[in-house]
Amino acid sequence: MDSSLETAAGREQLRRVVIDPVSRVEGHGKVTLLLDEDDHVREARLHIVEFRGFEVFIQGRPYWEVPVMVQRLCGICPVSHHLAASKAMDRVLGIPITRSAEKLRRLMHYGQILQSHALHFFHLSSPDLLFGFESEVGKRNIVGVAAAYPEVARQGVLLRKFGQEVIRATAGKRIHGTGSVPGGMNRHLAVEDRDALRAEIDHMVEWSRAAVELVKRLHRADPALYDEFGRFRANVMSLVRADGAMDLYHGALRFRDADGRILVDKVPDQSYRSLIREQVKPWSYMKFPYLQQLGPDEGWYQVGPLARVQNCDFIPTPLAEAERREFIDHGRGEPVRATLAYHWARMIELLHAAEVIRDLLGDGDLLEGALLADGERGNEGVGIIEAPRGTLIHHYQVGDDDLVTMCNLIVSTTHNNQAMNTAVREVARRYLDGRKLTEGLLNHIEVAIRAYDPCLSCATHALGKMPLVLELADAGGEVVDRVVRD
Amino acid sequence: MGGKFLFDGRPVPFEEGQTILQAARAAGHYIPHLCWHPDFPPHGSCKLCVVKVGGRHVSSCALPARDGMEVESNTPEINGERRALLQMLFVEGNHFCPSCEKSGNCQLQALAYELDMSSARFAHFYPDRPVDASHPDVLLDFNRCIFCELCVRASRDVDHKGVFALTGRGIRKHLVVNAESGRLADTDFAVSDRAADICPVGVILRKRVGFAVPIGERKYDEASISSVAMEKGE
Repeated sequence: MDSSLETAAGREQLRRVVIDPVSRVEGHGKVTLLLDEDDHVREARLHIVEFRGFEVFIQGRPYWEVPVMVQRLCGICPVSHHLAASKAMDRVLGIPITRSAEKLRRLMHYGQILQSHALHFFHLSSPDLLFGFESEVGKRNIVGVAAAYPEVARQGVLLRKFGQEVIRATAGKRIHGTGSVPGGMNRHLAVEDRDALRAEIDHMVEWSRAAVELVKRLHRADPALYDEFGRFRANVMSLVRADGAMDLYHGALRFRDADGRILVDKVPDQSYRSLIREQVKPWSYMKFPYLQQLGPDEGWYQVGPLARVQNCDFIPTPLAEAERREFIDHGRGEPVRATLAYHWARMIELLHAAEVIRDLLGDGDLLEGALLADGERGNEGVGIIEAPRGTLIHHYQVGDDDLVTMCNLIVSTTHNNQAMNTAVREVARRYLDGRKLTEGLLNHIEVAIRAYDPCLSCATHALGKMPLVLELADAGGEVVDRVVRD
Repeated sequence: MGGKFLFDGRPVPFEEGQTILQAARAAGHYIPHLCWHPDFPPHGSCKLCVVKVGGRHVSSCALPARDGMEVESNTPEINGERRALLQMLFVEGNHFCPSCEKSGNCQLQALAYELDMSSARFAHFYPDRPVDASHPDVLLDFNRCIFCELCVRASRDVDHKGVFALTGRGIRKHLVVNAESGRLADTDFAVSDRAADICPVGVILRKRVGFAVPIGERKYDEASISSVAMEKGE
């Protein structure tokens, strides 16, 4: 796996170009490029410049507070954190949750997938894809899309709204609801909410199909761009259901290598630590996870829609499965690796989410049945869920006094850290190298990052004792004091 | 000997021995309060029940009503003072409503809504107050204590156990547990105690309940604290 362009030699002699902030992503990040005097790219890095601290300030809090507190990590996908924490606490309590509770959580989660994928594709990325990467920057936004393609924008906005309504009906609020609790749920779906959602769901399925068609048209219109832009080899990871189906709420971990061969399969969520390690680099607050058996240089991997659609054996809803087959066929026997294929895979998942919601809304267990169960209390639990952006891991230890003693979060965007950096380098090498930089050229870098739908707010939750050297120098550059924390 | 006084320009009858707050409530007029509770004698510490009588700002929970008094309560000046008191209470503790399980049942939060408090205004103190989770049934989260002493009074005067006390003075004042170890588990406190259900904020919490009742369906989510107080007598 290519990691050149990570650190240039003779950095102080190079010219520095910064994209700060990276726009139309969640959270704050920046890209630095170091160029030599002939405008050749010598170094390209995606830096995460936020610093948060959930892993530490969750310690000492009671376990039942955690699913509500941790969802404040994010305003886009709070449901993912809400449910991953709830699943981890189910394990702490030793509770296999009830049928009704699981279906309600699934409905909430697929509502989240629908709204987040719609938000990302229509609001954040479609301006690049519909207008071109170097189009007029003032129109390259959702308002510009609404003016030029009003029906596309309208469907995007209403798809997202529908997903938000699913979340409100199951969690109580569109953002930062409290429906899921350790051991189950605290509410059923109200009949009037069910009826209101059912009245609209067929539209949503149709519009999701149209979204997949739109992405496919874009691919067909410019295959050279869509099949090559930011293309590189990578391992992939996701949860997969026991029978190999795509399951975004629960499953076991599966890794495939860059050729699509299964490396590791059926690893229970509770054993994630036997697979994954995290590496720290001095220039980013975001860690670099990797598959332990391959090491940090070879073991990094992609997560999210592009990984999931190709890691599962099938999608258990018919329309999305038909689209998955077409997507796989597009690779002609090879895994599809182009960065822009993330959008295609994401829209297939959007369609899958709409189908799952449609099927769930006909299920009477959402309206009645036990919501909470009892179990045998333990002290540790891992909850893994496939969040819109990829695999989300929550791991907690809880003392006998009910207070959290340890918290480890590995969020989707963190898994994609190396992949995003590699995408940035591929694009920098291919499109920017040796050229005079313009806004449009720099936007190529952002397009590559955006394809991953990174959530940089989520990805910078960690807080700890980072090794730090502080030097105080006088005007002449002489070090007069030095403090080291390791 | 009873009589009448004017409350925001309206006549309010009172009986001998009633305070302004008691007489106003009996006549259907709400006065905000935190440390006052209908089952306990006046305490006069939170000052949220401040009213203006004859140009002076007084605690209505403690001042006996007198014939012919003119009392101003629901005025911009008095509500502004109450809001400032609330803002000081918020910054003195660690009140993080978004993840607080008392949200919707908390009188401090409900009063902030009632009095249109839209910001903390003052710099937060961020005090370091570790929780006490030693008791099997009850969690103490001292971060949210507003020093109303309702738990102190309930435990001492109703439960006859004296589990809680305030200690320290001024800015160092804080709630403590009356045990050599300082831990609730080392007292005879029980979840059935009156003190277990008296806290107007989120300090004394039954364990493992958390968010069983959804946010949005709680006491002050459904009605303002003034209507809850006047209609349910709470």
